[in-house]
Amino acid sequence: MRLELSPLLKIIGDWISSLGLPTWLVDLIEMCGAAAMVMGMAFLIILFLVWWERKLSGHFQQRLGPMRTGWHGWLQTIADGIKLFQKEDIIPKTVDRKVFYWAPVICFASSFAAFACLPWGKNLWPTDLNIGILYIFAITTFVVISLLMAGWSSNNKYALLGGMRSAAQIVSYEVPLTLSVLGVIVATQSLSMVAIVGAQEKVYNWFIFRQPLGFLIYLIAATAETNRAPFDIPEAEQELVAGFNIEYSGMKFAMFFMAEFLNLFLVSAVAVTLFLGGWHGPFLPSWLWFLLKAFFIVFVIIWFKWTYPRLRVDQLMEFCWKFLLPLAFLNLIVAGFLFR
Amino acid sequence: MREPQAGYTEEFEVNMGPQHPSTHGVLRLLLRMDGEIIKNAEPHVGYLHRAIEKICENRTYPQCIPLLDRFEYVTSMSTEEVFCLAAERIAAIEVPERAEYLRVIMLELNRIASHLIFLGTFSLDLGAITPFLYCIRERETIMDLFEMTCGQRLTYNYIRVGGVSQDIPEQFMPLARKFVDTFQARVDDYEALLTENPIFLARTKNVGIVNKQVCLDYGASGPVLRAAGVEWDLRRDDPYSIYDRFKFEIPTGTVGDVWDRYMVRVRELRQSNEIVRQALDQLPTGDIKAKMKPLFKPPVGEVYARIENSRGEMGCHIISDGSTKPYRLKLRGGSFCHTQLIPEVAPGIMIADLVAMFASLDVILPEVDR
Repeated sequence: MRLELSPLLKIIGDWISSLGLPTWLVDLIEMCGAAAMVMGMAFLIILFLVWWERKLSGHFQQRLGPMRTGWHGWLQTIADGIKLFQKEDIIPKTVDRKVFYWAPVICFASSFAAFACLPWGKNLWPTDLNIGILYIFAITTFVVISLLMAGWSSNNKYALLGGMRSAAQIVSYEVPLTLSVLGVIVATQSLSMVAIVGAQEKVYNWFIFRQPLGFLIYLIAATAETNRAPFDIPEAEQELVAGFNIEYSGMKFAMFFMAEFLNLFLVSAVAVTLFLGGWHGPFLPSWLWFLLKAFFIVFVIIWFKWTYPRLRVDQLMEFCWKFLLPLAFLNLIVAGFLFR
Repeated sequence: MREPQAGYTEEFEVNMGPQHPSTHGVLRLLLRMDGEIIKNAEPHVGYLHRAIEKICENRTYPQCIPLLDRFEYVTSMSTEEVFCLAAERIAAIEVPERAEYLRVIMLELNRIASHLIFLGTFSLDLGAITPFLYCIRERETIMDLFEMTCGQRLTYNYIRVGGVSQDIPEQFMPLARKFVDTFQARVDDYEALLTENPIFLARTKNVGIVNKQVCLDYGASGPVLRAAGVEWDLRRDDPYSIYDRFKFEIPTGTVGDVWDRYMVRVRELRQSNEIVRQALDQLPTGDIKAKMKPLFKPPVGEVYARIENSRGEMGCHIISDGSTKPYRLKLRGGSFCHTQLIPEVAPGIMIADLVAMFASLDVILPEVDR
């Protein structure tokens, strides 16, 4: 017996509609409920990922990672959060205050908004847009704007270099990222995330087997999209100290930090949905399958970070435009012939 | 203020340091940048100036040694060695054989420790974080060996005029042998992570080239000079202590880029390990300190002693007026000369390359600032 969440939600939904409230109120309650659940889930994921990255990096480096706060340090992120929350919120005198203030908010909000379209499990999604994948890519692009805002408004040369780098990088890698996904869309004839998952019910139908090149391109471009090593040049610590968020402290910094991990999970979740069969899988409940697969992709991306050196900014661009992009086009052409 | 025009860009100045993650201490680089490309780099040094040379003039010879440990704290042993070498040459003291062997063991272990720090921070500056921890792990064993010998992990005060302060304890030999036997495999591990990695190659090959002529012009020495293809090692070319008794190769590079400097140091790790192995095998019994009067009082004289430090030639010039204190003491270090290479190489390269280049020079700022 699989422990699915969707019947439970349906019972709650039925109960709310049976209360005899006006329809608009029922809709509103259901909307807010779904949003609250996704937000709760997002925060839980952040809490877990921060801990997990620290733990993994520790083991990659023959250390233990956090051990003092709770069992194997599982409370570490909460302790970090409390610390960041208590920090003085320093706003340097010369910054452009409005832009400086809104940059982390936009960054976090745009990463978070993309969660609306993710199919978390069987019959378990906040909303099924018929342009789902397009919406996700469109809304996450706002992250670039926020990084640029942060870099520009900080009035700091390192931050500006970081912001410029991130803008150049993310805009460039958006192209192969989108192209790599197009192969899947050509095959399913749909932009809806739910429909894409629906097309991968059997394991041999997973797009990782039908579009292996597309998956690789997606994974590389996604790593670059999330500013992770070896593509972490916007915040290259050894060159730019901290990059775009150099002037941020306290909760504003935490917002960037959380957005980074949300983005990390988001690209992994999209990879799972598009290439790894989404929530399909035997024995375990569907939502657990989804999370397990997503965390596996996250693991791979973290693995990259703790293994590779960083590329230089021009090499990064060269790799994108001269190698990844032609490859992505090739993949799309092949997909066009295959799924005619 | 000029009106911005279409297609109009402006150079700007960036202060890189003294508080910056990759300036290895307190170097301040004033960079003139055109976007990401460096137009001009100007090193500003002196943030860590402690007037070590001057203070030494007011201290007796044995009192100088702990202070000189702070001169080049990553390889404190070699600073002690060069000072003691100079003092012994003035006073014409014969160092007992066992002491010489112990010195070589400590010096070479310290060279390994220093190169491990280089390897770690260098890879860190290229964005590879994990090798740093691996290097620190091996360095830890060396620190343990030093600690059990002289009680200190960083500033040893171990090599004294006429010998060494104390003999190695019983548990030293087994641990040292174990380290020597396993170390080659550890170096293989680091190389597996870096040497053939395409990203690493892209970041280091033909980057920050310091060619032979520039090296000779600026007085570069040590791995920087050897990476440019000059086979020059004081351990072989101007033997001091008992280095003429050991077999070792002198690794050299070809073009003098960042990769060559990295490779030279990695191969030196292996060579130093072999020297330690030979020294451990040949270690004789006997005294560890020459018979000397309690008060060290060298005759009037002047001497320059030099050794091969992990960062190049380290020299010590002592003028003695016959008293218990040096009349004048002048130190020479490789880092000081190598810092001067930055303005020569920096123009035209990107900021990321400057970081890689600077890390590959393996400059240690306390030595530059004295």
